[in-house]
Amino acid sequence: MKKQVFALATAAALIATGAVAQDYSANLKARQGQFRIMALNLGILGGMAQGKIAYQAEAAQRAADTLVAVSHIDPGPLWPEGSDNMSIDGTRAMPSIWDENADFLAKWGAFGDAAAGMQQVAATGQEALGPAMGKLGGACKACHDKHRAPQ
Amino acid sequence: MRVFRGLILVAVLVAAAGWWMTRPRPLPADALTGLEGDAARGETVFLAAGCASCHAAPEATDKRILSGGQRFASDFGTFVAPNISPDPVQGIGGWTGAQFASALRRGVSPEGRHYYPAFPYTAYAKMRGQDIADLWAFWQTLPASEAASQPHEVSFPFSIRRGVGVWKKLFLNEDWVMEGDLDPKLERGRYLVEALAHCGECHTPRGSLGGLDRDRWLSGAQNPSGKGEIPALTPDRLTWDAGEIAYYLETGFTPDYDSAGGHMVAVVENFGKLTAEDRAAVAAYVKALP
Repeated sequence: MKKQVFALATAAALIATGAVAQDYSANLKARQGQFRIMALNLGILGGMAQGKIAYQAEAAQRAADTLVAVSHIDPGPLWPEGSDNMSIDGTRAMPSIWDENADFLAKWGAFGDAAAGMQQVAATGQEALGPAMGKLGGACKACHDKHRAPQ
Repeated sequence: MRVFRGLILVAVLVAAAGWWMTRPRPLPADALTGLEGDAARGETVFLAAGCASCHAAPEATDKRILSGGQRFASDFGTFVAPNISPDPVQGIGGWTGAQFASALRRGVSPEGRHYYPAFPYTAYAKMRGQDIADLWAFWQTLPASEAASQPHEVSFPFSIRRGVGVWKKLFLNEDWVMEGDLDPKLERGRYLVEALAHCGECHTPRGSLGGLDRDRWLSGAQNPSGKGEIPALTPDRLTWDAGEIAYYLETGFTPDYDSAGGHMVAVVENFGKLTAEDRAAVAAYVKALP
């Protein structure tokens, strides 16, 4: 009897805390990892654009191809509703991602366009990287301006 | 009775002196006389000063239509950016160059009222006359907007504009924060950071009266819009080298290829259009901070 009461109380407590019980850690790791992959490859291209890394057509092309590959990842599973910074810790994703989802997806699409632009020119020479980096930076900023909370 | 009358007289005199001392002080009507404005150079001033970042409509795609409407929350109320397009009725198209200069450098409207310091005239007070003349020439090339300006949402006692006169007495001056003999590059950087780009407005903490704490210049601050902190630019906190700072201002990428967010997006959009020399000058200034 005592055990049953305890189990019931535990269940009630779990229901009461509802949303907290949802575990989004896998989604968070996946999407933050995705941004790390982007940053690493942007770093290769940006380093070459600035002349900090020696330009190498093949390496530039691989980095650009990777960015395009990332842009093809389906955002759906990475961004489940309720995984915003008002609901859980460990994220800067703002509720506007879900409230204005079409805008968010359009901005993700704009990153894909900028990555495709880089893919076309990456192997053509060092001087082509700067302008293509500018477009990528613009795509990143546009989304971070609207949908990412400040630190 | 005589004492009482004397007290009243003193009170009246103090009030009159206070009223006099806190009066709006526009520049003289000949403030820009003899200065020929160059619209092309004015565009550089326009970008560096970030006029459109606050005065373009919220989420506008054409940042040259300065119709206003963006809202800025603060401890003193919410300020709404007005229409400053060249429209003669809703905007500032009917102003003279000297009135434009008075607004920028003294925070005074053509009707002789104080502007609230959400408009960063504490920085623009250091603008050179030639730059104002150039900016005014560029202004005439901008499209007009017929959108009406919205009133600020500021409650008593901050709704008394005369109070801004007291605030100006405390916080409005033309002194540079970085003093001493600077080489031309640093001098340009100081002019961009302290006067035009008004970086201190967000990156410097404020006291209880809302004035910038110049002793903690660019050492980071609370985000006035609520959540989060605005990062420090001082060397104890910002470890980027000058090249990295300049590249960030050009592309928005940090050294580890994260990217700018929030209001810095608008700043980078403007600074990306300035010359590499200007970005390097800002970087040199930031690296020279104590």
